[in-house]
Amino acid sequence: MVASSSSWARALLQISPYTFSAIGISISIGVSVLGAAWGIYITGSSLIGAAIKAPRITSKNLISVIFCEAVAIYGVIVAIILQTKLDSVPQTKIYDPESLRAGYAIFASGIIVGFANLVCGLCVGIIGSSCALSDAQNSTLFVKILVIEIFGSALGLFGVIVGIIMSAHATWPMK
Amino acid sequence: MYGFEAMTFNIHGGYLEAIVRGYRSGLLTAADYNNLCQCETLDDIKMHLSATEYGPYLQNEPSPLHTTTIVEKCTLKLVDEYKHMLTQATEPLSTFLEYITYGHMIDNVVLIVTGTLHERDVQELLEKCHPLGMFDSIATLAVAQNMRELYRLVLVDTPLAPYFSECITSEDLDDMNIEIMRNTLYKAYLEDFYRFCQKLGGATAEIMSDLLAFEADRRAVNITINSIGTELTREDRRKLYSNFGLLYPYGHEELAICEDIDQVRGAMEKYPPYQSIFSKLSYGESQMLDKAFYEEEVKRLCLSFEQQFHYAVFFAYMRLREQEIRNLMWISECVAQNQKSRVHDSVVFIF
Repeated sequence: MVASSSSWARALLQISPYTFSAIGISISIGVSVLGAAWGIYITGSSLIGAAIKAPRITSKNLISVIFCEAVAIYGVIVAIILQTKLDSVPQTKIYDPESLRAGYAIFASGIIVGFANLVCGLCVGIIGSSCALSDAQNSTLFVKILVIEIFGSALGLFGVIVGIIMSAHATWPMK
Repeated sequence: MYGFEAMTFNIHGGYLEAIVRGYRSGLLTAADYNNLCQCETLDDIKMHLSATEYGPYLQNEPSPLHTTTIVEKCTLKLVDEYKHMLTQATEPLSTFLEYITYGHMIDNVVLIVTGTLHERDVQELLEKCHPLGMFDSIATLAVAQNMRELYRLVLVDTPLAPYFSECITSEDLDDMNIEIMRNTLYKAYLEDFYRFCQKLGGATAEIMSDLLAFEADRRAVNITINSIGTELTREDRRKLYSNFGLLYPYGHEELAICEDIDQVRGAMEKYPPYQSIFSKLSYGESQMLDKAFYEEEVKRLCLSFEQQFHYAVFFAYMRLREQEIRNLMWISECVAQNQKSRVHDSVVFIF
C-alpha cells in the first residue's frame, strides 16, 4: 500500500491523524449548526408571516423550532464526546496503524453526525414551515403534520447513534 | 432548480408567502355568498359584509349606499393589501408583483383615451380608473390626438413602453383602433410576463405558465367571438392572438377563420381542457361562456395554493380577489335593481 515516493496513498498516510480528528470534530459541530440554522430560518419566516392573521399558532409552532434546535445540540454533544477521545501519543507512534485508525474513526464520526444533522435540520425546517401555514388555516392539521416532523427529526438521531458507535472504537495505541 | 425551491425560497419570500396565505383565508366562502344573496337592500349587504374582513372599509359609509361605493371600498381593500406586500418585497418578487398590475394600467389607458374621444371630463374618467393601474402622468392621456403622441407624451415613461412597438401608427384614435390597441398591448404584456416567469424558473415558471396560457387562450376565444361580424380582417384577428398557450399555433389558425359561434365551438372542442367548458353550453348560446371561463379560472387559481414556495400564489390571490369583487358587484346590482332571481347567473363561488 505504501507505494512510490509521490503517490496519493503515501500523501494521505503522511497526514497526521490529529488533523483528521480535528477536522472531524469541527465538521460535527459546524455543519450541524448550519443545518439547524437553515431549518430555523425556513420555519421562522413562515411562522412570523402566518401568525399575523392567526396569532394562536405561535406557541404551538415553536415546537418546530425546538426540533431544529435539537439538531444543533446533537452536534455539540457529539463534538464534546469526540474531543474526549483525543489522546496524546508519543512521536514514534503517530503513524502506527492503530493511531491512523483512531484518527480516521473520529473523522468519519464527525462527518456522519455533521451531514446527518444538516439534512435533518433542513427537513424539519421545511416541514415546520408547511405546518405553520396549515395550522393557520385549519388547526386540526397541526398534530398530524407534527408526526411527520418527528419522523424527520429521527434522521439526526440515527446519525448521532452511528457516530457514537464509530468513535467508541477510536482507541489510540498505549504509551 | 425545480423541486429544491424549499431550501432557499424562504430567505426572501417566506414572510410574504405566509402573509398572502393569511389574506386568502379571508376570501368570502359559499356561506357568505348565500347570506349576501338573500339580502333585500344594500344596507343588508353592508351589514353582512361588516362581519367579514370588509368591515372596517364599509362601516363609515353613510346610509344611502350605492353599488359603486361598495365596489370602490372593496377594491380599496385589495389595493391596501397589494401595497403592503409590494413595500415588503425584494427582487424578483417586487417585479413580479408589479407585472400583475400592468393589465390594469392598460385598461386605464384605454378607458381614458376612449372617454376623451367621447368628450367626457378627465376628472370623471380618473375616478373610474382602477387604482392598481394608476401611474403619475395618467391625466396627460387626455391631451393626445393620435398614437404617436400618446406614446411620446405619456407612455414612454411608464412600464408599458416596450409593449407599444407593435402599435405605433400615425392613425387617429377611433373606437376600432383603440380596441385593437388594447388587445395588442395586452398580447405584448402577456408574452412579456410569460417570458419573465420562464426566466424565474422552478415551480413559479410551471404554475404561471399554466395560468397565463389559460388567460391567453381565453382572450383568443373572446377576441374571436367579439370580432365575428365586425370589419376586423382575418389577418388582423390572427395578429391579436398571443404566441403561447394550448391553442398556439394550430388552434389560432382555426379560430382566425371562424365566422360564428358554432365554428368556434368546433375549433375548441379538440382541446380536452376546453371541451369541458364548451360542453356546458347548449348550441348557439354564448352568454354562459363568460361564467364558464371564470369558473375554470377560479378552479386553476385555487389549485395553485396547493404548492408552497413559489410566486404564483400572489398572482392567484389578486385574481381571486378581483373575482370576489366582481361577485359583490353583481350581487349588489341585482339587489339594488330588485332582480334577485338572476343573482346566481354570474356569481362564481371560490370555496
